[in-house]
Amino acid sequence: MDGMSHHDHKRDVDNHPPTAEEIQLKEYRLDLAAVRNKLAGKQGKQYWRTLEELSEDPHFTDLLHREFPRAASEWDDAVDRRDFLKLMGASLALAGMAGCGLPDQDRIVPYVKQPEGLVLGKPQYYATVMPFAGDALGLLVESHEGRPTKIEGNPEHPASLGASDVLAQASVLDLYDPDRAKVTTYMGEISTWESFQAAAQGLATSQKAVNGAGLRILTGAINSPAVAAQIENLLKLFPQAHWHQWEPAGGDGAFEGAKLAFGRPVNTVYRVEKADVILSLDADFMASGPGHIRYTKEFYRRRNLSGSGKDEMNRLYVVEPTPTVTGATADNRLPLKANDVELFARALAAKISGGSAAAPAGSDPFLEAVAADLQKHRGASLVVAGEQQSAETHALAHQLNEALGNVGSTVYYTEPVTAAPVSYRESFHDLCAAMARGKVDLLIIVGANPVYDAPHDWDFVNKLKKVGTVVHLSSHYNETSEYSHWHVPEAHFLETWGDARAFDGTYSVVQPLIAPLYRAHSAFEVLAAFSDKPGVSAYDTVRERMKTLAGAGDAEKFWRKSLNDGFVAGSAFAPISVSAKSAAALPPAKATAAIEFLFRPDPSVYDGRFANNGWLQELAKPVSKISWDNAALMSPATAEKLGVTHTIMSRGGEHGQIRSAVIEIALSNSKVTAAAWVVPGQADGVVVLPLGYGRKKAGYTGSNKGFSAYAVRASSALWNAADGKITVTSDDYPIACTQYHHNVEGRKILSTATLEEYKQNPAFAREHDETPPDGLTLYKDYRELGYYQGHKWAMAIDLTKCNGCNACVVACQSENNIPVVGKDQVMRGREMHWIRIDRYYETGLSTQQDDPKENPALANPKTYFQPVPCQQCENAPCEQVCPVGATVHSAEGLNDMVYNRCIGTRYCSNNCPYKVRRFNFLRFQDWETPSLKLLRNPEVTVRSRGVMEKCTYCVQRINNVRITAEREGEPGVGRPIRDGEIVTACEQACPSEAIVFGDANDPNSRVSKLRAQQRNYNLLGELNARPRTTYLGAVRNPHPGLAPAEKSEKKEPA
Amino acid sequence: MAQIFHRSTNFIARFSLFSGIFLAGLALTAVLGLARSPYFTRQNVTREQPVQFSHKHHVGDDGIDCRYCHTAVESSATAGVPPTKTCMSCHSVLYNNVGYLEPVRESYRTDKSIEWVKVHRLADYVYFNHSIHVNKGVGCSTCHGRVDQMPLTFQSSTLLMEWCLDCHRGTEKVLRPLDKVYDMTWEPGPDQAELGKKFHAERNIRDTTELTSCSTCHR
Repeated sequence: MDGMSHHDHKRDVDNHPPTAEEIQLKEYRLDLAAVRNKLAGKQGKQYWRTLEELSEDPHFTDLLHREFPRAASEWDDAVDRRDFLKLMGASLALAGMAGCGLPDQDRIVPYVKQPEGLVLGKPQYYATVMPFAGDALGLLVESHEGRPTKIEGNPEHPASLGASDVLAQASVLDLYDPDRAKVTTYMGEISTWESFQAAAQGLATSQKAVNGAGLRILTGAINSPAVAAQIENLLKLFPQAHWHQWEPAGGDGAFEGAKLAFGRPVNTVYRVEKADVILSLDADFMASGPGHIRYTKEFYRRRNLSGSGKDEMNRLYVVEPTPTVTGATADNRLPLKANDVELFARALAAKISGGSAAAPAGSDPFLEAVAADLQKHRGASLVVAGEQQSAETHALAHQLNEALGNVGSTVYYTEPVTAAPVSYRESFHDLCAAMARGKVDLLIIVGANPVYDAPHDWDFVNKLKKVGTVVHLSSHYNETSEYSHWHVPEAHFLETWGDARAFDGTYSVVQPLIAPLYRAHSAFEVLAAFSDKPGVSAYDTVRERMKTLAGAGDAEKFWRKSLNDGFVAGSAFAPISVSAKSAAALPPAKATAAIEFLFRPDPSVYDGRFANNGWLQELAKPVSKISWDNAALMSPATAEKLGVTHTIMSRGGEHGQIRSAVIEIALSNSKVTAAAWVVPGQADGVVVLPLGYGRKKAGYTGSNKGFSAYAVRASSALWNAADGKITVTSDDYPIACTQYHHNVEGRKILSTATLEEYKQNPAFAREHDETPPDGLTLYKDYRELGYYQGHKWAMAIDLTKCNGCNACVVACQSENNIPVVGKDQVMRGREMHWIRIDRYYETGLSTQQDDPKENPALANPKTYFQPVPCQQCENAPCEQVCPVGATVHSAEGLNDMVYNRCIGTRYCSNNCPYKVRRFNFLRFQDWETPSLKLLRNPEVTVRSRGVMEKCTYCVQRINNVRITAEREGEPGVGRPIRDGEIVTACEQACPSEAIVFGDANDPNSRVSKLRAQQRNYNLLGELNARPRTTYLGAVRNPHPGLAPAEKSEKKEPA
Repeated sequence: MAQIFHRSTNFIARFSLFSGIFLAGLALTAVLGLARSPYFTRQNVTREQPVQFSHKHHVGDDGIDCRYCHTAVESSATAGVPPTKTCMSCHSVLYNNVGYLEPVRESYRTDKSIEWVKVHRLADYVYFNHSIHVNKGVGCSTCHGRVDQMPLTFQSSTLLMEWCLDCHRGTEKVLRPLDKVYDMTWEPGPDQAELGKKFHAERNIRDTTELTSCSTCHR
C-alpha cells in the first residue's frame, strides 16, 4: 500500500463557490450523511454516477467544470522547468534535421510459396474455440498474413451466436504478451523440450515400477475430450495415480447441488429465450459461466421494442449480495446477503411447493411478487442459481424449476460437459493431504497456479516442497513455476490444436492460427510426454476422434466442414431425464453472519490468470468502474458504520484519483490490507473481496496490483466467510475510478422508463427534448453543400439492451490499436478508450420518503449503462475550432480525424460536449516490443504522441465493405452495400445486440427503423450538434407492485 | 543635430526590405520545389534490386499480363509481389542456369524470400487500394507509367497528395474502357473528357466531395 501523506479531511461547511486557491489546497472527502440529507429533500427522477455528484458539493462541482482535469496536460514527473527547456531546445534543433533524411528503403519480402487461398493484403478468418475454465466459446479470428489480430464471435457456434466477451476479445493480447514464458526450464535454468521429454520418460519408468503410486496430476476443469482421454490413458498406465482438479473461481455449488437434487452430477442448460419470468439467485448468468453469451443474446432478444407502445418484455428478478452486470440491469433487484439468498430460495420453494420456511427480513414483498409471477408463468419461467452459491441454493433452483414445470421448456439437463466432474475443494484437498504425507513423488501441474490461489490454510507451498519432482505447465513463469523443477511454457489456444465441449456439449475444434511464437507446448503434449506414446500430437488425436464422429460419411469432408464451422453440427448432448428430490431432503439452513466476506472472481482478470493483460487491467469494471485494482467492496451503510470513506484529490489534475481508506481484514487466521470501496446497491453487512489481484509473479503488467484475496481465503469458507474483523487504518490508497471522468454535469443525457410508463408515453425519451428547429444554425449546412447524398452513416444504441458488459470497449481497443496508458495516467483522466460505458444510478424518490436512512437511492438504486462513442455530429463543434483542419466533415457525415494534420491544440476536445475525444498526452503506444507489432491491425494508423483521436465508426470497415460492394455485381458498377454488411467492432462484439450501425438514408435499414422510433433521442439535443449516434431510451419491466416510489408523480427538479 | 544617415541610405533600406520579401519568396519556392523534386519524391529513380528484373522484357517483349504475377490487384488493396514459385514456374525451364537468376533459384531452394527494394512508397497515413481503382477503370499505366518500357522499374509519378487529388477531383481524365485497364499502350483520345464523364456516370463512381473526403484515403 502506498502510504502517502495524511491529508486534512475537514470539509468546508460554507456554501460559497470555492476560490481557485481553496480548490488547489482542498480535497473533497465523501460524507455519506450529507449525501443522505441532500437526498431527503429530493423529488422525482435524478441520475447520478458518483456519490459526490449526489451531494452537490461545491468542490466536487468545480472538479467537473473542466474538460480535462486540472493540469492534466502538465508533466508532473521528475522533469523540472530547466530540464524541460533543455529538452525542448535539443528537440527543436533535431526537429530541423529530421526533415532532411530521405525515406527509408523499404523491402518487400514476398512468399517463396504462397499459401493456397491467401490473397495478399486481405485478412483471412478461421474458426476456433477459446477453452476457458470448463467453458468453450466459438470464435472467428481475423488473421493478416498469418498473424491473428482480432477476435470475433462465431455466428454459427451455439455458445457465441456471433458475439463475444471481454476475456475472448482480450485473449489475443495474451498471445503476444512479451512476458510469456519462452523456453522450457529445469531448476530455473534454460533447458529444452527434448530433455524434458527424456526426463519425463525417466520419471514415468520409475513410476511404472510402483504402478504410479507417487504420481499425481493437477489440472483445472477439463472440457477437452482429447486431454481427458490422455489423462485417462495415464491413469490406466499408472493404476494407482490420481487426477485432481482445482478451479479457484469455479464454484462447487453446481456440482454439489446437482448431487443433492438428483443424486448425480448434471449439466444445466437454459433456454432463456423461452422464459417470460426469470429469477436469478445470485447468478451473473449473463456475464460469466458456460453459455453466458448465448443467454445474454436470448434474454435481450425478448427485449426488442418495436416502438408501437404495445410491446411486451420478459422480466428478470435478481436477488444478489453485490451488484453484477446481470443484477444491475434487472427489472427488480433485491440486495441480500449471500446466505440470505439461500434462505430466500428456501422460502420461495416453500411457497411454491408447500412447506414453511421464513424469508430473510425485509424480503417478503419481493418474495410474494416473485412467487406469484413465477406461478403465473409456469413452464415459461426460469430459476437460475449462481456459481458461488451454496449446493442447497442450486438444489432449490432445480426443485423450483421442476415444480414450476420449466424442465424441458426453459431448462434441460445433460450429461456433464467437463470430464470427470468433481468437487474442486475435495479433489484439491485430497492432493494436499497426499502431499503432506509425502506420498507424492511426481506432480504434474497443468495450467493451474496453486501457489498463488490455493486456500491459505492448506499451506500449499510447504507441501509442494515435499514433492519429489514438480512439473509445471503455464503460459507465464509464475508463482508456482518458482517452486517447480520443470517448467514448460504453455501454448496459447491460438497456437495449438485441441478440442473442447461448449456449454451444451457441442464438440468444437481448437484450431491454431499461428505456430507457437515461443517454444511452447500444450497440456496434451505435456501429458503425452509421460505416456507410452510420448510423441503423439493433438492434431492426430483430434482427427482420429473426428473419424469416429464422421461415422459412415466421408471422413475428410466431415473434417473440413467441422474445421470450417469450428464445431461439429448436432453434437450437443441430448437432454437427460432426472427428477429432483424434495426440499425437505435438504440439510438445515445455516444462520446468516453479521458480516459476510464474499470471494468473487474479478470481472476483468477472473481468478488472476488474466492479470498480465493490459487491456483487461485498464478496463473499468462494469459496476464499480475501478481500473487497475481490486478493492474491498461494501455498501454505503456498512462503510458508514465502519467509518470508511474516501477523498477525491483535486491537486495536480488527479481528477480520477480517489484516495480510499485502507482497511485491514482479519479473517480465517490471516490478514490482508485492502482499499475499501463503496458500492451503492450492495447488501449491507457484505464485504466483497474480488479474487485475481495481488499477484507476485504475473509479469510486468500484472504483478503487485491490488491485494490478494487468496491471502484470507480458507478452505472451510471458499466463497462466504464469517467472523472476520475489519480495522480501518490511517492509510489511504489511490484508486483509479473512471466514473469521475468525462462527467456531463447533470444534463439530461439518460432517459429511462418502466414498461408501463413507456406504453402510456412511447415518446418518454423526448419529453424534455429542446432540439432547436432544423436549420437554425450559424454553421454551414453540409446538406446544402451536397453532402450525405450517398450514404449517411448512423448508429443507434438501445439503452434497454445495454448491460454494461464492456465487450464493446475491448473490441474497439483491439480493432483500433488503442494503447494502454497505465494506472497513473488513468488517474489523470487520460484513458484512451474510444467508447466508454457510463454507469448511472437512478433515484426515483417520492415525497413520502421520510426516513432518509431507508433511502433506496443508496441501498438499491436502479442502475443503467450508457455506451458513449463519438457522436459523429452533423454540426460538429469540434470541426469548427480546429486551426489546422485535422478534424473535418466527410461526405457521408463522419467527423474524420486526420492524424498527420493534428498538432495537438486540443481545442476540438475542449469544444466537444460529449467528451469523447482522446489525446495522446504521451507516447502511450509501445513501438519497440517486437511481439506487440504483430498484434496491430494493419488497417488502422498507430498513433503517436501529441495527436488527438476518437471513434471513427470503424471507417476502415466501412471502406473495405464499400470497396467489396463496388467490386462485386456488374463489372465496373458494383452493387449497393447491404444493410448489416458493415459491422463496427463494438456492434459485432455486443452480446445483447444493443448497438446497430447502418445507413440512415436507407429507410429500410435497421438503424433507420430504430431512429424512427419515438424512443430515439439525441444526447444534449438542445445544443443542435445533430449527432448521428442516437440513443433509444431504456425501458425496464419491473413488477408493478414492487416499485411504489416510481408510481408517484414525476417532477423534474429544476 | 545632423542626420546620422545620408539620404542615399534610404535606397539601401528599401532595397533590403524588398529583397527580403523577394528572398523569402524565393526560399519558399525553393522549398516547395525541392519537396516536389525527384530528389525527395524519388520519381524516375531506378532502384538497385537483388535480381535485375526487367518489366520491359516480361511485359513489353513477352506480353505477359500484369495479373499473371500481381494476382491480388483485382481483389485486394495491394497488387502483390509474386512468390518465388511464380518466377520458377517459367524459370525452372527457361534460362534455368543463367547466373543472374541464381538468387531466384536459391530462394526457391532455401525457402528464403527474395528481398526486393520497394519502389512505390506511399506516404504514411495513406491507405491506397488497388482493387477499387482497376475495377472502376483506372489503368495500370495511369499511375505506373509505361512499365512495359522499363528495363529497371522506377516510379513514374510523384505520389504526392496533390497528384492523388488531381484524379479524385477530375476522374474523367483517367477513366478508360474496362477492357483497356491492363493495356500499357492505351492513351486518352481527343474525346476523353466526354468519355470519362460517361464512364463516371455509368460506373456509379462517387462525386468529388466523396472522393476527396479525408477518410476516403486516411484513417
